[in-house]
Amino acid sequence: MFEYAPAPESRDVVDIKPSYGLFVNGEFVDGSGTAFKTINPASEEKLAEIAAASAADVDLAVQAARKAFTTWSAMPGAERAKYLFRIARIIQERSRELAVLESLDNGKPIRESRDVDLPLVAAHFFYYAGWADKLEYAGYGTRPIGVAGQVIPWNFPLLMLAWKIAPALACGNTVVLKPAETTPLTALLFAEICQQADLPPGVVNIVTGAGETGAAVVNHPDVDKVAFTGSTEVGRLIARSVAGTGKKVTLELGGKAANIVYEDAALDQAVEGIVNGIFFNQGHVCCAGSRLLVQESIAAELLDSLKRRLGTLRLGDPLDKNTDIGAINSAAQLAKIRELSDAGEQEGAERWSPACAIPDRGFWFPPTVFTGVAQSHRIAREEIFGPVLSVLTFRTPGEAVEKANNTPFGLSAGVWTEKASLMLWTADRLRAGVVWSNTFNRFDPASPFGGYKESGYGREGGRHGLEAYLAGSAPRESR
Amino acid sequence: MSTLTTSFSSNASLRGFLHGLPGVDKVGADARAAMLGTRSIKTTAKRQAIDLAISMVDLTTLEGADTPGKVRAMCAKAMHPDPTNPDVPRVAAVCVYPDLVAEAVQAVKGSGVKVASVATAFPSGRSSLEVKVTDTALAVAAGADEVDMVIDRGAFLAGDYLKVFEEIVAIKAACGDAHLKVILETGELATYDNVRRASWLAMLAGGDFIKTSTGKVQPAATLPVTLIMLEAVRDFLATHGRKVGVKPAGGIRTTKDAIKMLVLVNETTGDGWLDPDWFRLGASSVLNDLLMQRQKQDTGRYSGPDYFTLD
Repeated sequence: MFEYAPAPESRDVVDIKPSYGLFVNGEFVDGSGTAFKTINPASEEKLAEIAAASAADVDLAVQAARKAFTTWSAMPGAERAKYLFRIARIIQERSRELAVLESLDNGKPIRESRDVDLPLVAAHFFYYAGWADKLEYAGYGTRPIGVAGQVIPWNFPLLMLAWKIAPALACGNTVVLKPAETTPLTALLFAEICQQADLPPGVVNIVTGAGETGAAVVNHPDVDKVAFTGSTEVGRLIARSVAGTGKKVTLELGGKAANIVYEDAALDQAVEGIVNGIFFNQGHVCCAGSRLLVQESIAAELLDSLKRRLGTLRLGDPLDKNTDIGAINSAAQLAKIRELSDAGEQEGAERWSPACAIPDRGFWFPPTVFTGVAQSHRIAREEIFGPVLSVLTFRTPGEAVEKANNTPFGLSAGVWTEKASLMLWTADRLRAGVVWSNTFNRFDPASPFGGYKESGYGREGGRHGLEAYLAGSAPRESR
Repeated sequence: MSTLTTSFSSNASLRGFLHGLPGVDKVGADARAAMLGTRSIKTTAKRQAIDLAISMVDLTTLEGADTPGKVRAMCAKAMHPDPTNPDVPRVAAVCVYPDLVAEAVQAVKGSGVKVASVATAFPSGRSSLEVKVTDTALAVAAGADEVDMVIDRGAFLAGDYLKVFEEIVAIKAACGDAHLKVILETGELATYDNVRRASWLAMLAGGDFIKTSTGKVQPAATLPVTLIMLEAVRDFLATHGRKVGVKPAGGIRTTKDAIKMLVLVNETTGDGWLDPDWFRLGASSVLNDLLMQRQKQDTGRYSGPDYFTLD
């Protein structure tokens, strides 16, 4: 047996303070809400005490952003770009520190925060820095909207921050951002980076807290633009609360993506794509390939290969460089994953997990595959947001497309075939914002991202991502 | 030996089989190999990997300037890689040209180190079947335990799969009891689909090992190509019930390179191939780096290159 010895990344690169305040007008200030703690989900140890922003605190942040908007929006694009490039470079320089902190607070494997999250975060700032002085060529006007209120989830804390802040700042807006309550630390380190980059005070404000703080940001009358990434449930509340206020809104919500594998697919790579689709980031991915649709003629063979492959996944310490599956982000999320998985069993699907030692402390869920899943089962319809794959089969391309689209969501999809004509035929018919061809969960700042139906509206990333932060065109409905 | 061989009545039927294998998506294969290349092998795992890698090395000299003296020196190194430390395992084999096989057999006698010989108009394979069979027979007659043949890449790329197949069958017959390693020369096959097809072709024709490269062509033993060949032997065992070994050769220079190969084996075929009987590293310069890293593990210090023998 070739056993890999522990290879932990050092925690010494991060300096976690005992407590953190809010970042308002370029400075860290106390919050007037009841402070809360953030923990390491892999060990349940407390990492730090975090200030909670009350409605009054949020108001101060919005005022600071409003004040900063006057100068920031009037600054030439090339000047704003300098700040964004500077932030991007500092992120690269401090990427190891940010990656370790992200893994500590979120539970994701260091291999992913190091090799996926952080490079994409820096790339996003570089990309939008490039747009700042070229807005007139983007086709959405050059006038910023004002103050953006942004609320982001816990699955990719720093990456979602980058998706929100980079385009907003490039277009000349200022922001008040609320990170998720379970993963505030990298956003607070980002606040330090804003100071290090000499970003003018008030351009970026970070308010920490739970749902109430988020509601205060979204409902503040002086917020001109709301951007939210998170659950469809909260997205609905936000859409309702901003209706009729004139605020521009983009929502990036849940998904139940189909990963379609045709019989002529490159099987070994399809298996990798399935694994990457649903077990990447413990399945805490809104665009996760949570429904595998496999053509019946290869279903048995593919499942054998998939199960063999899952046997090699390494679950454990997120800071170990060889870990593939880290911790579930919170006890609440773990309970939800358990509840839905149990429902899958009760509804008659067959549950399978590889032999896999679960650590004693922390929140963990083994990679899980359900076979014999029907379209009517909850595990085929509801977003689990965990490392749980539902396997369905199909006989014809028509049936694959029908089943793939038969969901209230429409964020992403994957298609695996070596036949280009079938690939294009399928992609044309899928109602999903992103369709990956012979790959899954690949991101690039130049590529727009967003959903159909209950997966939300608006696009982030690419040239399209500028539209949400410019006043030049009327808000558009879901496409 | 004919029981090892699947027979095909025509080039069309063989072609139908090979082209019916699942394709390889290059982007995905490259990404998988790169990801496995990031595995961090430290401390006890590294020590275990170093010794395993040493025991898998086919120490090779394949130069026009090879002499009996050079071969004897290499054989001495093969048997005792680190003369100051008897704990260091011997390597798996030495690999030489056919005319030097007798010299090598004499030199390694009784040590357990095998003698492999390249044959079949190595490295280009550009000769008649008759010459290739004779070349093989000479090596075997001189005492070679293993024969490393090259396939006819021209015939393969021209779609004449049956010609390649029949040559391998003929060489396998000429090998007698010697093990046959079939060199695909993946650097000349251009696509991963071709690597997979050539792997299956060699296994169907009775090869005991499939080997990436002659070492005379670049690129040689890349991680993705080795990955695809490992997938092929894994699947061949599952469908045909016969286990075939894999030998990446060429371009493996550092301990890190060698350990990446072992990780690839570990996570593709599993334990069953982590054995010199089923996995070899065709290399020569890597051995001194492995020894240097091994000594570093023991003493905590690196020694200069003059503390390791050049043979």
